[in-house]
Amino acid sequence: MIPVAFDYVRPSTVDEAVAALVAGGEDAKVMVGGQSLMPVLRLRLGAPSLIVDCSRIDEMIGIREEGDSIVIGAGTTHHAVMNNDLVKRYVTLLAQATATVADPQIRHRGTMGGSLAHADPAGDLPAVAAALDATFTIAGPGGRRTVGASDFFVDYFTTAVGDDEVLASVSFPKREGWGSHYEKFNRTAQAWAIVGVAAAVRMEGGRIAEARIGLTNVGTTPIRARSVEAALVGAADAAAIAAASESAADGTAPTTDIHADAEYRNHLTRVLTKRAVQKASGL
Amino acid sequence: MTQMEVTTPTALGRPIRRKEDARLLHGQTNWTDNIQLPGTLHMAILRSPMAHARITKLDVSAALKMPNVVAAYGAAELGDLNGSVPCVWPVTDDIVMPGFPALAIDKVRHVGDCVAVVLATDAVHAADALEAIEVDYEPLPAVVNMESAIADGSTIVHDDKGTNTCYVYNLGGGYDEVAAKADVIVKRRFINQRLIPAFMEPRAVVAAPMGMSDEITIWTSTQIPHVLRVLLALVTGIPENNLRVVAPDVGGGFGGKLQCYREEILVTQLARKLGRPVKWTETRSEDMVATHHGRDQIQDIEIAATSDGKMLGLKVTLLANMGAYLQIITPGVPLLGMFMYPAIYKMDAYDFKCTGVFTNTTPTDAYRGAGRPEATYAIERIVDELAAELGMEPMELRKKNWITHEEFPFTTVAGLTYDTGNYEAATARAMELFDYDGLRAEQALRRASGDPVQLGIGISTFTEMCGLAPSRTLGALKYVAGGWEHCTVRLLPTGKVEVVTGTSPHGQGHETAWSQIASSVLGVPVEDIEVIHSDTGRAPYGMDTYGSRSLAVGGQAIKRASDRLVEKAKVIAAHQLECSPDDIEFVEGVFRVKGDPEKVQPLGAVAFEAFTAHNLPPGVEPTLSAEATVDPEDFSYPHGTHLAAMEVDTETGKVTLRKYVCVDDVGIQVNPMIVEGQVHGGLAQGIAQAMYEGASYDEDGNLQTASLADYLIPSAMDLPSFITDTTVTPSTTHPLGTKGVGEAGAIASTPAIINGVVDALRPLGVTDITMPAAPMTVWRAIQSAKAGGAA
Repeated sequence: MIPVAFDYVRPSTVDEAVAALVAGGEDAKVMVGGQSLMPVLRLRLGAPSLIVDCSRIDEMIGIREEGDSIVIGAGTTHHAVMNNDLVKRYVTLLAQATATVADPQIRHRGTMGGSLAHADPAGDLPAVAAALDATFTIAGPGGRRTVGASDFFVDYFTTAVGDDEVLASVSFPKREGWGSHYEKFNRTAQAWAIVGVAAAVRMEGGRIAEARIGLTNVGTTPIRARSVEAALVGAADAAAIAAASESAADGTAPTTDIHADAEYRNHLTRVLTKRAVQKASGL
Repeated sequence: MTQMEVTTPTALGRPIRRKEDARLLHGQTNWTDNIQLPGTLHMAILRSPMAHARITKLDVSAALKMPNVVAAYGAAELGDLNGSVPCVWPVTDDIVMPGFPALAIDKVRHVGDCVAVVLATDAVHAADALEAIEVDYEPLPAVVNMESAIADGSTIVHDDKGTNTCYVYNLGGGYDEVAAKADVIVKRRFINQRLIPAFMEPRAVVAAPMGMSDEITIWTSTQIPHVLRVLLALVTGIPENNLRVVAPDVGGGFGGKLQCYREEILVTQLARKLGRPVKWTETRSEDMVATHHGRDQIQDIEIAATSDGKMLGLKVTLLANMGAYLQIITPGVPLLGMFMYPAIYKMDAYDFKCTGVFTNTTPTDAYRGAGRPEATYAIERIVDELAAELGMEPMELRKKNWITHEEFPFTTVAGLTYDTGNYEAATARAMELFDYDGLRAEQALRRASGDPVQLGIGISTFTEMCGLAPSRTLGALKYVAGGWEHCTVRLLPTGKVEVVTGTSPHGQGHETAWSQIASSVLGVPVEDIEVIHSDTGRAPYGMDTYGSRSLAVGGQAIKRASDRLVEKAKVIAAHQLECSPDDIEFVEGVFRVKGDPEKVQPLGAVAFEAFTAHNLPPGVEPTLSAEATVDPEDFSYPHGTHLAAMEVDTETGKVTLRKYVCVDDVGIQVNPMIVEGQVHGGLAQGIAQAMYEGASYDEDGNLQTASLADYLIPSAMDLPSFITDTTVTPSTTHPLGTKGVGEAGAIASTPAIINGVVDALRPLGVTDITMPAAPMTVWRAIQSAKAGGAA
């Protein structure tokens, strides 16, 4: 539980952070809240030579309205995200899912961007970002670039953020008036999701007009349940939702571990999709 | 510091707040890891990543060249200082007792086995230097499963012994005769899974040669400083008189710190060898593989009964996993349960057989309840299964067979004599608090409507034997120590009191409770009483804390020593008051001459007289203290009725504990607030076994639940508010009428939960759930029952 020795810098701007990462090479690692990285270091599962602490970069902290989007600094804590009025109003699903992350202590230290960039398949926020088509702003030596959610999550613990880059902010399209729900299934309150389903629906005249479904922990990256989304259009009752949810596990590739095997995860995906959509739609 | 509540002299039975909490909650105490001595060397341990392997090369020389490293040792370098971990409970004459070297010699036998140590001037460099040790392993097949281990041709954990059978223990007889007359026989196999104690404070030990004498002081996070001192003297050869063992505040133990650990031996030996303080604090990762584990039994249970529900006999056949080595009482843990399988029930015959089995896993030993939870689980589960087989209401079946309150004292078929009990009263109160009939009605409705969330009611009507223990009984069971407890009460010149106890608290609140007992006798306010404990230098006599013995045994010693002190003081008071001791009464801390309210002498004044010694009666020596060493007359038998309302989501298999009621009878309570706290903690652990916790190994002997991310411990967020109450049936074998309470919750609750889950699912054809009742396990049981029903 003692990390290997490392160098440490704490830049105060994004440009300084990028410069530090460039100088540090591939053994440099960004840390913000440290809630995922510190266990890795303490267990000696990773041994970066340089830690670039981005927790005090002003432009990476905070939540603002920008036209049709809500832009959240990557270093904003879970606690700040889930209690922010803009998020609660326009990105309700994110507020709901963030409230299920770990426990209050961790939510006060851990950050939204850290969780997304860590890209743990069992993390709760990637599925939300996928479902809501979030846009990721990544800063690097060549300046800033933006990446959509479908390109951001590359593989197990791997994102589009390069070794010399830092995730600066994440932008969510405003979706006021949508119904949403994050259905998290875990064995204890603080445990990782065995499966999670993030659902947002736009209702018109008592029917689902549009649906967005992101799945947690049934593949190496978050998965959009697009066939369910399509099948849900027009659904007006619980039975229709249940029928549409039958295809929720199509295209998933869940792992087997001591808590759940792949078959059970797929079963849960179907059940939890049904429940998430029922709760999101009120049907 | 929080202002302590001012107490009246009659403090017994009051729910006063714990004295020790202010320093614990304000971070003012010193845990072992806080102890910083100049010149300390920090020890780090290289542990085996393999469950079974031959060490073909071990070279620590490169580690010695690492920065800040002072020494490094494998077994070869350590030589004669490599002590062997002791086992003090050889349960049979022909038990197989392999050696357990502190550092593995030639072979490793479980993941986490100690291979080498490094000592550096700081913990960081010690940890770094481990990576420089060169070690080669030749992997050997590992045996993890007990049935495989005792099958022909199995890999042998200790090949020089030629067998994986540690021992076979038999008790009782006559089951076959009663079974032949039975109308119904129900057989089940229960798996009482392996658990990890997972106390909050990891193990830590500091040993230091004290310089001004030959004394070596050992601070260690242990439950058993007194027993450990004796064992360390025997293992290391250091004269016992030169060893002082101190347990500072200890952050939980649950039996996991009832041990003489190899790390304690190593730290002591190396401090002695190097002449410097040596310190070791384990990481949580080490704790998971190297602290002893608990439970791990395969239980084949058979019960015979008449068609109208009269129990005739019980047959218990156990496989008990010892792990790779025997530790302090590893073989004896199943025998602590042996007497408890018949529990509260009357029957004619009982057969018990236990086979201890070696496997390539972390050694097992005591964990909260130690043997009795396993027994209680098995009997309470099989009683529910018998009820289902007979078509009887499960509580009615229990009532038909339990010992009624008029029948005490009652000698059970296992040979124990329960002094008292009132199962009817506890059950009636529990059913009332639970709304038993109301929940049964709701259950019927949900069944009828095919609700996807089914409701089950789980019952556990338990008793246990605790207060370890009458020394003669321990001797008869081949345990090589006694079960007495000691107390010295000293009255100081200023009227303050020191209560010196041999119990060793690690979260129980002894400082408060023992003060209350002494206060009730001496009439001295609780806040004027200091309880001295857990230091063989300051409290030299004791047998420490485990098996819910501290109040049940240690409490008797406090009472007796306090009574003796009053008798001694009375002689001095009589002299001062110029009357006969027979004419004096002692009321609320004051000696009074009977019939003369003017003539009084407070105990504090007597203390000062004893100190100045200016005017003591002839033959009375100065100073005022009294001691008592008590060997208990018998075990203590708390009991209670626990009821759990379990909701099972049949779509996902998720189990939710909706309501939990327990009514425990722990006799007279010294401090009801502490009793409730003990019950709550025990419930959390017992419920955790049923729903969350379970150590699992893969077939190569890798612990799959090696971190708290995979070994799931419930938090407050996972548990409902417990509804607890008590009935009071005073113990007749204890002078205060008290019984043990430390393990009751953990013993009683596990079967209540599983009985509730099975009760919810029985209409679907489910007859058992393997613990823990994880959602996938429950879902698969439902699927399997449905498939069976369709076939």
